[in-house]
Amino acid sequence: MWRDAALVAGRDLRLELRSRVGMNQVAPFAVLVLVLFAFALDTEGGVLQRTAPGLFWVAVLLSALLAIQRSAGLDAPDGVRDALRLSGLDPAGVFLGKVAAVAVQLAALEVLLGVGVVVLYDVELGGLWTLLATAVTATVGLAAAGTLYGVLAAGLRVRETLLPLLLLPVVAPVLIAATRASEAALEGVALDVAPADWLRLLVVFAVIYVAFGVAAYGPLLEEA
Amino acid sequence: MSSRSTTSSALTLTLGLAALVALGTTVALGLSLPQTVEQAHYSKLIAIHPGLAWASYVSFGVTAVASALWLLPRTRSRTWDLIAGSAAELGVLFTALTLVTGSIWGRPTWGVWWVWDARLTLSALMLALYLGYLALRRVPGDPDVTARRSAVAALLAVLVVPVNHFAVEWWRTLHQGRSLAQMTPQDDLDGEFIGAMLVGFLAMTLVFCWLLVHRYRVARLEADVEDEALDVALAERRREAERV
Repeated sequence: MWRDAALVAGRDLRLELRSRVGMNQVAPFAVLVLVLFAFALDTEGGVLQRTAPGLFWVAVLLSALLAIQRSAGLDAPDGVRDALRLSGLDPAGVFLGKVAAVAVQLAALEVLLGVGVVVLYDVELGGLWTLLATAVTATVGLAAAGTLYGVLAAGLRVRETLLPLLLLPVVAPVLIAATRASEAALEGVALDVAPADWLRLLVVFAVIYVAFGVAAYGPLLEEA
Repeated sequence: MSSRSTTSSALTLTLGLAALVALGTTVALGLSLPQTVEQAHYSKLIAIHPGLAWASYVSFGVTAVASALWLLPRTRSRTWDLIAGSAAELGVLFTALTLVTGSIWGRPTWGVWWVWDARLTLSALMLALYLGYLALRRVPGDPDVTARRSAVAALLAVLVVPVNHFAVEWWRTLHQGRSLAQMTPQDDLDGEFIGAMLVGFLAMTLVFCWLLVHRYRVARLEADVEDEALDVALAERRREAERV
């Protein structure tokens, strides 16, 4: 299973590297979202600094939608999905591989957006370990949920419009928990719940979706 | 195709009458409730608002159970898929009504139509989740494929509800505690309020059952018509082939 996962992740990432869609389209889009937030909100008075964690994660979510559409779209043409099914690769491995590939892209996006937040919103980084733990757990959860819903909506003509509707309410807890944990990390804001609880919630979310995906990806791939 | 062209039967007639009587009692009890100091007339909404919320939980519960039964190979049947879809539609209706009645109550009592309180947020998220589920169901395609996708989506939705619950619970809490936890008389709620609320629970449950049977039968008729249309088309192609 792990070898299959590595194969699929390698294939997806190689395709991304060669097509450069992520670098040329998704990354600029993510930065553009940060700039748009600055237009929409007051740039004076520290509004951007205070809301930076939330804006960061909203930007991650919106760009993640694009990355997930793209990841699901890779398997759509030329009967790739049938080929995957016939290849003898473990479906759980295929799922984990796709999750890993999406997670790597999201991590790269998060680094870019992190730099963007520091440069454009004048945010001072702090609590780096909490930030890192938040980013890792949230990214795995987002990638797993996204890959699962991606195959759920695969092969449908309305995929582009359906996926956000399916995915965004589901990842709402990731947005809430990651934002609060990042806020706590950045400024040590007094919170009702310590960042550890938010991190635990992110871990639970990631575990649920990875486990469900490992179990359900095979049957879903067959039907797609 | 089913020989029946109506969705009513002795069962729905009984359920419908019982639901009507219970609803009538709820309205009568609710209107007869005394005004409270803080909430004036609006406290009367307790007769229907918790009942509507309860009915939405029942609906989504039925969707989840029916979806699980469809996914289990031993119990797989078109019936479970149609029941899951019908219950989800009712769940969306009841959730929407819960939000509307809650807003009507919140405006005079809290001073705003909407607050970012944990329960309101969770209800709104559930509404969005199940709207997505219904959208997924509506995508045309092979009934078996649609049923499988929908069943998985319904189970995922149920899985995420507790996570959403904790997220928004920790995020904001303003809504009063659970209605059923306040049932000791003379404590938080007076006896007549509890009575009206419980009749409301019963009434909404009956309304749900009644509508579910009707909606399921409509769904079954729709499915039959689709199947029949396919059979007719197949027969026509066959006749064409024989003529050649």
